[in-house]
Amino acid sequence: MSVNGEAREVPAGSTVADLLRALALASERVAVERNGRLVPRAQHAATALAEGDRLEVVTLVGGG
Amino acid sequence: MVAAGRAGYPLEILQPALPPELADAPLQLGAHRFASRLLVGTGKYASFEQMARALELSGTQCVTVAVRRVNLDKRSGPSLLDHVDRARYTILPNTAGCFDAPTAIRTAELARELLGTRLVKLEVLGDPKTLLPDPLGTLAATRELVQQGFDVLVYTSDDPRLACHLEEAGATAIMPAGSPIGSGQGVLNPNAIRIILELVQVPVIVDAGVGTASDVALAMELGIEGVLLNSGIALAQDPLRMAAAMRDACSAGRQAFLAGRIPRRLYANASSPTSGVIAPAPPPAQPSEVRSEPGAVPAPAGE
Repeated sequence: MSVNGEAREVPAGSTVADLLRALALASERVAVERNGRLVPRAQHAATALAEGDRLEVVTLVGGG
Repeated sequence: MVAAGRAGYPLEILQPALPPELADAPLQLGAHRFASRLLVGTGKYASFEQMARALELSGTQCVTVAVRRVNLDKRSGPSLLDHVDRARYTILPNTAGCFDAPTAIRTAELARELLGTRLVKLEVLGDPKTLLPDPLGTLAATRELVQQGFDVLVYTSDDPRLACHLEEAGATAIMPAGSPIGSGQGVLNPNAIRIILELVQVPVIVDAGVGTASDVALAMELGIEGVLLNSGIALAQDPLRMAAAMRDACSAGRQAFLAGRIPRRLYANASSPTSGVIAPAPPPAQPSEVRSEPGAVPAPAGE
């Protein structure tokens, strides 16, 4: 699977919440998209990751 | 505020608050009301501390932010939101960097998830060199995001007919560029902005292109509802001083618009009464009368 365009391995059966924990990211500081669709925070723990998933993990930065 | 006067003695700088009868209506954007008509970006500052101080000095109550991938390689340091007081500022996420409607829509959805806000500054750009808005993508994304319940503040060109289409699509505010993003050229076509103001009912905010305080004042004097800027402050030699200048310019331009300027005239129009002036001096003596010594040669006529 890929996270922010980089190949990454996760243990079988991992969820979005597990991935964020493994990346040491606080879920309230990020938003996650899986295969082009937003995964709402409330569904992080229930959303299982699958082979070939494309994930985007984003946050807020300075901008105009 | 006390500053040193020219002679070295303290000089009190007084900024009297406007009396209630001269107070301005707030800027209303969706469910939000702002006393300040300046919207300020959070990008390109030397540090988060400088940014926080500049926002404070600008008087803004609404700040823009961008959505970007988390850097997975770097241990997370301080984040932007640690330096933006959400009790003081309404955060307006943008879709900067998106070059098609679907990407801008996904970015807006991610921003709403991050911030829990309906507000979005929609940008659908044409190409990375000009950063000019793509009109077709901008209109398509506006329609979709309005359907999804967003309050869409839409960055657009200064095309008056496109502004009408965006309003019909349900945009909360129309935000024409004064000139290209970060170019500092000011409002290049004030007539287009004037026409947009005549054609749409929703707030019009000039977004992008202002380089200095006079650009903001001139823009506000057109009668727009606000100005959104970032580089003009962040990349100034002294961003903090420029933040204060932009605050004053925004306020001055707005008050001048509300006051109603005098018409431009070709010729002078005296400010002091033209009647009652004391008697003019007698006409100067003729040269022949002055040179009346015997034997003097009269001056030639017409000298």
